[in-house]
Amino acid sequence: MSALLELRGIRAAHERINVLHGVDLAVAAGQVVALLGPNGAGKTTVLRVAAGVHPAASGRLLVGGRDVTGADPRRLARAGVCLIPEGRGVFPNLTVRDNLLMMTFTGRSRAEIEEIAFTRFPILAKRASQQAGTLSGGEQQMLALARGLATDPAVLLLDELSMGLAPLVVGRLYEQVAEIARQGVAVLVVEQFAAAVLGIADHAAVLVRGRVQRQGHPDSGLRAELSALYMGSPL
Amino acid sequence: MDQFITFGIVGLSTAAIYAVIGSGLVLTYSTTGVFNFAHGAAGMLAAFCYWQFTVGWGWPVPVALVLVLLVLAPAFALLVERAVLRPVQALGEAERLVMTVAMLSGLIAAARWIWDPNVARPLPTFFADRKPFHLGPATVTWHQAITMAVAVAVAIGLRVLMYRTRTGAEMRATVDDRALVGLAGARPVRANQVAWILGTQLAAIGGILIAPTVTLDASQLSLLIVSAYTAAVFGRLRSLPMTFVGAIVVGCMESYLAGYLPQNAYLPGLRLAAPALLLFAALLAFPHRRLRGRDRRLRQIPVPTMAGTGLFALVVVAFGVVLATVLSAPDLITYGPIFSLGVVALSYVPLAGYAGQISLCQLSMAGIGAVVWAHLGAHGELWALLVAVVVSAVAGGLIALPALRLSGVYLALGTAAFAVVLDQWIFTLPTFKLFGVQIGLFDQGSVTAVGPDLFGLHLDSESQLMVFAAVCLALASIGVAALRRGRFGRRLIALRDSEAAYATLGGNLLLAKALVFALASGIAGLGGALYGMQLQSVSATQFNLVAGLPIFLVAVVGGLGAVGSGLFTGTAYVGPINALIAIAPWSQNAVALLPGLAGVGLGRNPDGVVPSMRSEWAPVARDRIALPVLVLGIAAAWVLRLADVIDGWVFCGVALVLALALRGWAAARQRAVLAAAVAAGSAGAEAAAPEEVPVEWLGIRRAWRPEDEEVLARGIAAG
Repeated sequence: MSALLELRGIRAAHERINVLHGVDLAVAAGQVVALLGPNGAGKTTVLRVAAGVHPAASGRLLVGGRDVTGADPRRLARAGVCLIPEGRGVFPNLTVRDNLLMMTFTGRSRAEIEEIAFTRFPILAKRASQQAGTLSGGEQQMLALARGLATDPAVLLLDELSMGLAPLVVGRLYEQVAEIARQGVAVLVVEQFAAAVLGIADHAAVLVRGRVQRQGHPDSGLRAELSALYMGSPL
Repeated sequence: MDQFITFGIVGLSTAAIYAVIGSGLVLTYSTTGVFNFAHGAAGMLAAFCYWQFTVGWGWPVPVALVLVLLVLAPAFALLVERAVLRPVQALGEAERLVMTVAMLSGLIAAARWIWDPNVARPLPTFFADRKPFHLGPATVTWHQAITMAVAVAVAIGLRVLMYRTRTGAEMRATVDDRALVGLAGARPVRANQVAWILGTQLAAIGGILIAPTVTLDASQLSLLIVSAYTAAVFGRLRSLPMTFVGAIVVGCMESYLAGYLPQNAYLPGLRLAAPALLLFAALLAFPHRRLRGRDRRLRQIPVPTMAGTGLFALVVVAFGVVLATVLSAPDLITYGPIFSLGVVALSYVPLAGYAGQISLCQLSMAGIGAVVWAHLGAHGELWALLVAVVVSAVAGGLIALPALRLSGVYLALGTAAFAVVLDQWIFTLPTFKLFGVQIGLFDQGSVTAVGPDLFGLHLDSESQLMVFAAVCLALASIGVAALRRGRFGRRLIALRDSEAAYATLGGNLLLAKALVFALASGIAGLGGALYGMQLQSVSATQFNLVAGLPIFLVAVVGGLGAVGSGLFTGTAYVGPINALIAIAPWSQNAVALLPGLAGVGLGRNPDGVVPSMRSEWAPVARDRIALPVLVLGIAAAWVLRLADVIDGWVFCGVALVLALALRGWAAARQRAVLAAAVAAGSAGAEAAAPEEVPVEWLGIRRAWRPEDEEVLARGIAAG
């Protein structure tokens, strides 16, 4: 199975501090990969590089087998990379409808997009003319996730979907993510709340200090290592 | 009744123009986050271009319209977006504001340069040859009808664009979250460009429509915009329908004031100042909120050392003495304001630098100081100078009270409105009595000011006044530096950093703001009084809003946080312009552009020029050889100049070359000393350094020691 998203030897820096020291990751179509690791490991930076928001110092980025290293976020978005950034990827001063209108760049009509979003998340239909900033956290995250549905991405990148949400809502959102993956989308998830994502992940990678320290099936061995990492026992 | 309706029609057609211009303002602000002070100036430029094409060169009206609205306006907008605003996009609100103020100042200067302001330029109204038609009892000219139709079309067009198209959604989304717009497959830069093009086109339409009914004058047209600002503030800079309502209120008010205001000596100014008064009221009446998703980056304010400030004060006085003795009498008048305007500029340091309150009315405060001095200090009484400072300070404290509700762009607008009210109305009032006290202002012309009487010594020659102003600037600089080092200075910076945090820590916002406004206005009043002494005769126009803008700009370029900005602004504002005119008289018009261009250069050095100059000159001041050599060298050259052995230009050249050479030499010496110290230090450190244990491993990799507690605490504190 060929990978839809591939990072090869990605290095990146925040100003003068190197954050990623050669990250290799591959996500195949239909696969959910969980990227885990302690705070400050560089998980979010991996996603931002993959979406073109953060420049890579070196290394290559491939989407659908095509080299897209150095492309800007807009081009990557049009090439099918969809990043739902940390903390509500919605435009707070725009109404729900206008937020959905912003998803028409793939050529789908406004009506089709609304149809998809409102079918999957019926609550959004009720909130259609409300400003997105006034929605509840879970509703905002649904609206953000609707972009992952309505724009037919090849690659979906999710950053901390669970942040500030009730566990029940998190569970429901991840059901939707699994559903998106089943349609053949490559999904890369960064999550602090590891238990939530390991339930749906096919593969997990542990990022420590800018390097992928271990990856494999999310079995109990990986979980034990993770808890050791989070709890800070000496290596 | 007929008269009422006629004035109503006039008011509505004016309102239509304000609505068009105001909606352009709202459009650019709500989609780019930049409040464009130069919006009116863009319309003014369009009106002048249109005049040039149709009247000047006699081209047909449709050709001129297409050229101005569809070619020049978009090209200008793209240029501005690319060259002026993109560099400061990542900087704070104040810097973005300064850029547009610089543009306003620069465009007015450019227009006056290209189109001689002393030539009258009548512009015919649209369809002037057609007979007005009657609508019931009212008579409507075709120009008025077209104006109103255009406004309605603009309203509908903007509504559709903003809320029915993806482009509109992109524009609104860009101001919410630029990064997310890219993720949503759109280009934030393009959304900004569209907003600027549309905004400039709207300003151009407004400018062309309003120019035939008023005189074609650069600053008057640019400031007609105050009315459009008022309309936009009615819409809280966000809502287009409310902007139209605001425009109708302002337009009709102006028209009815013109029609029904009783004629006497006190009120004609009120009519001119009415939009500004209404703007002030609207700013206070409507609650404002910041656009969400805005980042603020606050700059460090350097803490000056007392020794350094003392040295700086000595330099200021020495500079004043040297200038006063070296310059010829006409040059003394030309360069005299270096120190007095320097004092005015210094007033920005505590106000805008420390407390973060942007005020555009400091020169108006200086005007108050000058008037008080002129009237009370008619025989040079020194106590009158104190009164001038106190009266200006009280006036400043009074603005602070209403301005307490405002911050950022809104405060800048409010103070600009205040400056307009002062120079259009208050300063033009004849002498009047208030509570039995005779209050004289500029006596509807100019008033004379004399030099002060310093304990029996009457200062009235230009050179004496220059030294006196230099001493005042030196003392004021020391005072402002002491303020920064003291408790009140720290409080002001806390206030700037976060008003909410300041209040929750028990600080009194009202008191702090009123005090800092009073202090800054007092300093400005002192500067105004000094300025008045040097000019000998002062009039209201010397203290109006437009005259004050370049001083603000140069002060920002100098760096609002630095005490040296006072001297820098005075020198940079007065010096090069006049020197350039002396060398090349033909450049007189071009040099008026300089402050505007300097402001535009701010994007490169947002901290200001003074801090970087300070770090460049610090080695000379610390060097035990360079400093005496410099002082003796300049003193020697000065003696030669006084003995008429060399002329002024040679003196300037010698002083400059000597100073620059010593600066380079001292910097090189300091680098050598530093390198030696670093080498010695690292050698010593290697010998003594024990095994490095990261703080988090203390007690794990090696045994815990009592002194580790402090190391750990420091490690945590350092983050």
